[in-house]
Amino acid sequence: MTATVDRPVEEAPSGGKVPLVELKSVGKSYGNITALKDISLRVHAGEVTGILGDNGAGKSTLIKIIAGYHAPSDGELLVDGEPARFVSPKDALAKGIATVYQNLAVVPLMPVWRNFFLGQEIRKKSFPFSLDSNAMRATTLSELSKMGIELPDVDVPIGSLSGGQKQCVAIARAVFFGARVLILDEPTAALGVKQSGVVLKYITAAKEAGFGVVFITHNPHHAHMVGDHFVLLNRGQQKLDCTYDDITLEHLTQEMAGGDELEALSHELRGKGA
Amino acid sequence: MTTQTDLDVASHKVVRDERVKERNRLQRLLIRPEMGAAIGAVAIFIFFLVVAPPFRTPEALATVLYASSTIGIMACAVALLMIGGEFDLSSGVAVTTSSLAASMLAYNLHLNLWAGAALALIVALAVGFFNGYLVMKTKIPSFLITLGTLLMLTGINLAATKLISGQVATPSVNDMQGWASAQWLFAHTFTIGGVGVRITVVWWLLFTAVATYVLFKTRVGNWVFAVGGDEESARAVGVPVTAVKIGLFMLVGFAAWFAGMHLLFSFNTVQSGQGVGNEFIYIIAAVIGGCLLTGGYGTAIGAAIGAFIFGMVQQGIVYAGWNPDWFKFFMGVMLLFAVIANNAFRNYAAKR
Repeated sequence: MTATVDRPVEEAPSGGKVPLVELKSVGKSYGNITALKDISLRVHAGEVTGILGDNGAGKSTLIKIIAGYHAPSDGELLVDGEPARFVSPKDALAKGIATVYQNLAVVPLMPVWRNFFLGQEIRKKSFPFSLDSNAMRATTLSELSKMGIELPDVDVPIGSLSGGQKQCVAIARAVFFGARVLILDEPTAALGVKQSGVVLKYITAAKEAGFGVVFITHNPHHAHMVGDHFVLLNRGQQKLDCTYDDITLEHLTQEMAGGDELEALSHELRGKGA
Repeated sequence: MTTQTDLDVASHKVVRDERVKERNRLQRLLIRPEMGAAIGAVAIFIFFLVVAPPFRTPEALATVLYASSTIGIMACAVALLMIGGEFDLSSGVAVTTSSLAASMLAYNLHLNLWAGAALALIVALAVGFFNGYLVMKTKIPSFLITLGTLLMLTGINLAATKLISGQVATPSVNDMQGWASAQWLFAHTFTIGGVGVRITVVWWLLFTAVATYVLFKTRVGNWVFAVGGDEESARAVGVPVTAVKIGLFMLVGFAAWFAGMHLLFSFNTVQSGQGVGNEFIYIIAAVIGGCLLTGGYGTAIGAAIGAFIFGMVQQGIVYAGWNPDWFKFFMGVMLLFAVIANNAFRNYAAKR
């Protein structure tokens, strides 16, 4: 399989084995509430790290730490093997860590190309420095077709695209503006089966192009399809840390569903019913 | 042909969605926000040409354009603010506030009228900044904040004028320094082919052209659409939301100052109670021109067409010899018609 995303990854760390991002026993507490405790994970170039967890497991907190919204209370965050301390999401972006949130940060009524370049518009070199709309249209078209999405017209409002297409535009935007690590926050949560397929294929493409992908989801099927490495969170703690070869989909699903707890619950309910 | 979901990572193949048809030129034209207003303007123009013979003269057109321009200068700024997702109900009285401030400051401090105008500009921009700052700081809808400003300015206009000049109008200033040059800039009449045209018509068209350029061809214009369309998304991609919105309120302040200067230098004295209710005329002109009340959509050209419709109806009723009291009724009909037509156009063109 050849990748459709061909942004260079020369910036990839020397040695190749140093993870792009690494968390070492990271914890986060808000006042007397411990949201995360002792989390360790590595995001390598060309790998998808699936982070699974139920609601309230601490997934959002974990994203916010990697994305630079919050500093961890304990432990260490390493980028390219060097300790890093992010004060704001801008610092994380500067290191090439881009987050695509569930709301995608797009403006529905604006054309696709204006959304693609929003906040980082290209201007003409000479006075009066007006927007170079043709260059932006062409770039948007070519970047999207690299992902395998062709729009007949990048002037349509982005709100008229399907959920999967919007998700891909948002990811393509992060990639175009220099991301090396993509954090995808539940990219398939609101999508149907086919649309999820679009996104999952795109995640694979990004991985093969050498990006480090952090794929946050509560769907073990989706995670198992594209993930190389899985981390399961439960009530703020790391329950599982294994690679694709170590675990089957059944096992992952069972762990995700609550494992032994679920079995016990099942017995309890069945027992009562009988 | 496959569906768009069959994207083929392996072979770089790009797959089109066969369910999406390309739009043709006519459809692109039809979904422009100002299209409904443009068609309406042509229809109204023909209507008055038919029913009102005096409407057919070039002088009548000049009068209509003048009436349109005084509304259009404000409607242009108000439209930009609406595209940016906010309202300004204080814009109507802010015009009066600016002209009162310029007149009374110059008169009572014995300043050149230009100095008075400059001080009035500061006042107008400060009102805009106050509105914008409060809206952004408190997160209270601009409808409420500027309703408060509307009432405050209305009160200040009446009370301060009475307090300072002892009357409800400002004293005459046409013998003061700077009158001639300011009058030339803001209110003179020039002749084209024997027809007198007011300078405000030129300003109106110029402002509309500049606003159109800024909206579609500059970064700031892109940001105006973004903050009106989805504030949170705009913030997330690094658009300076607060600065853009405060800037838009100050732009309305600037336009109110400009309209106020026209008022002062064309009528010499200013009635302190006027201007109330005009804010709705500006907003309606923008809405007729295709601006969405919810923000993120609209054009400056649309607002200009909306103002032109206003000017035509206002003067056309007079030329047709009808009772001018019918004006508001016609405007109500126009507004309803325009909103429904704009909606229908958008849906029709979007579905095709």
